[in-house]
Amino acid sequence: MKSAVRVKDVSKVYGPAGAHTFALDRISLDVAPGEFVCLVGASGCGKTTLLNLIAGLDRPAAGTIEVGGQPALLFQEAALFPWLTAQHNVELALKLRKVPRRQRPARAAELLHQVHLDGFGDKRPHELSGGMRQRVALARALAQESSVLLMDEPFGALDAITRDLLHDELERVWETSGLTIAFVTHNVREAVRLGDRVLVLSSRPGRVVAEFSIDLERPRRLESPEVAQMAGDIVTRLRKEVRSHADDSQT
Amino acid sequence: MPTIPRPEDDLGQLDAELAGIDQLDVPVAPAPTRLARVWAQVWPKLAAIGLFFLIWQIVVWTHWRPEYILPGPRTAFSALGDAISEGTLVRAIGVTMRRAALGYALAIVIGSALGLAVARNRVLRAAIASMITGLQTMPSIAWFPLAIVLFGLTEGAITFVVVLGAAPAIANGVISGIDHIPPLLLRAGRVLGARGVAAYRHVILPAALPGFVAGLKQGWAFAWRSLMAGELIVIIAKRPSLGQQLEFTRTNTDYPGLVATMIVILIIGIVIDGLIFAKIEQTIRQRWGLLDAGA
Repeated sequence: MKSAVRVKDVSKVYGPAGAHTFALDRISLDVAPGEFVCLVGASGCGKTTLLNLIAGLDRPAAGTIEVGGQPALLFQEAALFPWLTAQHNVELALKLRKVPRRQRPARAAELLHQVHLDGFGDKRPHELSGGMRQRVALARALAQESSVLLMDEPFGALDAITRDLLHDELERVWETSGLTIAFVTHNVREAVRLGDRVLVLSSRPGRVVAEFSIDLERPRRLESPEVAQMAGDIVTRLRKEVRSHADDSQT
Repeated sequence: MPTIPRPEDDLGQLDAELAGIDQLDVPVAPAPTRLARVWAQVWPKLAAIGLFFLIWQIVVWTHWRPEYILPGPRTAFSALGDAISEGTLVRAIGVTMRRAALGYALAIVIGSALGLAVARNRVLRAAIASMITGLQTMPSIAWFPLAIVLFGLTEGAITFVVVLGAAPAIANGVISGIDHIPPLLLRAGRVLGARGVAAYRHVILPAALPGFVAGLKQGWAFAWRSLMAGELIVIIAKRPSLGQQLEFTRTNTDYPGLVATMIVILIIGIVIDGLIFAKIEQTIRQRWGLLDAGA
């Protein structure tokens, strides 16, 4: 089966030639259509770099990236345009996709309905809570009608209750839309809660060092023993990876 | 991997939970009445004006200068009333405001174009960005000898200096507006497919608006100062202006008239800044959520 996202031998270097460091070193991964993949890793694993490359915001130094069309990308902050209302933020995404003007308002309202924000279309970003802003950003991303959604620690700044609800919400959107999702997080439980597959990245340089298939039944609960046990295995692997850097400064 | 369909009541529960947390999360802002808001804006200004007149009157009472040289507020205002009813002052205001509007409009066009070009182009920025700031620090009165040589004692000389005074401030406003856009917004725009002209129209220009308005405001202050300096120097026959009125009242030892003209100049400056620019800035800050709820 053809992959929705195919990253092959991609490297990314920072710094001047000679003194450069690898952010990513020949990393390869495939995401199947409709799959929910989570990427976890410690600091310096190049998670954000990788998503930027897949989103086309940056170019790899080597290797190839294949994605069908422009993927949508959610950031840790909602990154809504503060001069536009929630509704107009979503409409702008439609406009940039050349959706005819007459269809935009109804379509945007539909998308806001999909993320349960009926009646909040007229609010400006600062009038909404962090969780609501992130849902507007999700609606705006859905407006792009990309088949691939990239998420860069999108719930990292939210409180635990809101985060829990948004996990349910995201899962529901994913189940009904058939989207392919690549979700970056440093929260291993979150990764197990959401993903079909969890990839563990090494740090400096970033590479995929382990892969876990999560065959737990959905809907999962963050606090369930199965999720906790799975997360425990992944954390053990992650700690081993972190330990391997203990001697870095002496080399 | 097969997914188990959710039971319906489970979905209803999530809806209710989301709706509940949204209601709890939405910031509650107390909305003062319109009258209270206006009053809160107006009374400090009235108090400041009152204090100003009081200090002025006290200085007059001390006889620091004889009263025929430094008139008190009452004399100045009656002179103001006379000048208005006589008609020259009104004509002078008309002439001055027309010049201000023309020069400022030209400065907006030139300053915005220049600012955009510099913000966009690396070479241009390296070449002239510091020169724009240099131009801004140049006192506008220093331009007049050259302007008179180039244009003679004409409207052209005045407009030339007003534009030179205001355009650099406006250009700098555009540049700093664009420079201070959060990179995250630019990335969000690119992911949404805003490239080229669309990026400018939908992301960069609206995001730069606060800086642009700050530049416009500063540009207006420079334009108004340059204009007053110009009208003092470039006096055109049979065309009374506010600057020319200052010179005229001084040479005719009409000191109450002199002070009255200065009051007019001050009032115009305050009104334009307080009514137009303050209003625009307030609107932008409110939309962007930059107002402190307690303020």
